[in-house]
Amino acid sequence: MSFMEEVSDVSESSNYDEWISSFCSRFGHEFFCQVPTDFIEDDFNLTGLSQEIPHYRRALDLILDLVSLSDEEEESMGGDATRTAALTSNGGTDQNNGNGRRTPPTNQDGQTVNKSIIEHCAEQLYGLIHARYILTKQGLQAMAEKFDHKEFGTCPRYYCGGMQLLPCGLSDTVGKNTVRLYCASCQDLYLPHSSRHLCLEGAFWGTSFPGVFLKHFKELEDYVEQKNKNVYRLRIFGFALAKESISGPRMEWLRQYPSTEAEWEEFVKCEYEILKLKDLE
Amino acid sequence: MENPKEREEKQASMSQKSTDDTGAPEAADVEMPDVLETNSTGSSDYVELWVDLFLGKKGHEYFCDVDTDYMTDRFNLINLQKTVIKFTQVIQYMVDELDDSTLEAMSRTKLNQLESDARKLYGLIHARYIITIKGLQKMLQKYRDADFGRCPRVHCNFQPLLPVGLHDVPGIDCVKLYCPSCEDLYIPKSSRHSGIDGAYFGTSFPGMFLQAFPEVVPKHPTKRYVPKVFGFELHKQAQLARWQELQRLKLEGELQHKGVDLTKNGGYKK
Repeated sequence: MSFMEEVSDVSESSNYDEWISSFCSRFGHEFFCQVPTDFIEDDFNLTGLSQEIPHYRRALDLILDLVSLSDEEEESMGGDATRTAALTSNGGTDQNNGNGRRTPPTNQDGQTVNKSIIEHCAEQLYGLIHARYILTKQGLQAMAEKFDHKEFGTCPRYYCGGMQLLPCGLSDTVGKNTVRLYCASCQDLYLPHSSRHLCLEGAFWGTSFPGVFLKHFKELEDYVEQKNKNVYRLRIFGFALAKESISGPRMEWLRQYPSTEAEWEEFVKCEYEILKLKDLE
Repeated sequence: MENPKEREEKQASMSQKSTDDTGAPEAADVEMPDVLETNSTGSSDYVELWVDLFLGKKGHEYFCDVDTDYMTDRFNLINLQKTVIKFTQVIQYMVDELDDSTLEAMSRTKLNQLESDARKLYGLIHARYIITIKGLQKMLQKYRDADFGRCPRVHCNFQPLLPVGLHDVPGIDCVKLYCPSCEDLYIPKSSRHSGIDGAYFGTSFPGMFLQAFPEVVPKHPTKRYVPKVFGFELHKQAQLARWQELQRLKLEGELQHKGVDLTKNGGYKK
């Protein structure tokens, strides 16, 4: 389903479409899972988000489908917005509108806030709620299902044998980095395979997700440990390149695992810090 | 040269062919030399050479064009004779020297067989050609244009890749991509590339390429990613990363001891 279709579908407003499900089913939003409304309705889960997202209350109402679109249109045409706002206001945590009576949705200049801005805020808010939700037990379960269906793609590295990836952010604040994919098998980070996922905001999955996922599903780590740890070595007519050569092997360490007893000893000593080279000799 | 239907198909594919990889950089100029060449062989009025048609096909972006001289030199084809039946005919077909009358007399299935044999043979010759000086030069241009794609690994920073086979015998495994930055092997992004036989590029190509052009060997990134939970690194993964870093430091020390300059190409990014 394309984005355009979706929009025209909604604006016809004859058939009622839930915001969350339509957002998640949009083209390019395959990495999102659906956050249940009771998670969003619990204000405790949203602590601190009102400061981060402008037009927080209106965005939240949009996500929870508390604003019907016909009202929305009225507003944008300059209609009686106060009525709608009063209807949907439930004395939430919104600082601007927390003083009893809801003010019309205006910005500092007193202009009516554009519908598309609210939509954008709602998307950001949903993303940040999503980042919190996927760390809960329920959320992890939902993400595990997507993981099993390889919805985040598979590792492009040949020797990972099509290991499923996990989405991951490099920052928890919006606007810093796009989403990256973590492979539990090679413990490395990759760019999304498809260009439509390249522009997704990384903070919508958060920095902690792969870590929490790995710790929650212990069997994944066990599975990864049992995988064969093949590495590729460049060869010319069957001969390996010399270490001293410019194109010689310089990155073997990246995929190396301790194998001999001496290496395991070293590994144990690396528990809290990297050993000094002098200590080895 | 070919039966009309196939020709139509090919011309259609030619018309949408972009400038990507025919070896001739400007698509607009492709026709001119071709006309001259076909006239000189004098055998037909077709404009396109078989090689150009082959290279123009979708999914054949990884191949470079092999000189006709190289393909017709028997010395270069030693041990390839048995890979296809009617070897001489296939070679003639590939360099557009097969008589029209012979082609017209062939049945549909035979023509298809000829075409697939030609593709296979071209691939195997290609694997040999790209490790010659001329072939390496052509592949260098393609590498610079990132025709083989870029490394998906975040820390490799869009490093262009090189195609490599895991076997020199056709029919075993598909082509893989080698990243000179992280020295690892990746599966081509697009399914139309991941199905190409690896033997058409050979196992030695990236090694030869990097030996021939040491100036394109990138500096290797040393940055790692360790999964974190609320800012704290996962212990197991962090410990492994520390141990791996230790291995790198050991190698670095060893190389420096041998007098290898690690501040230049092939060294480590700081």
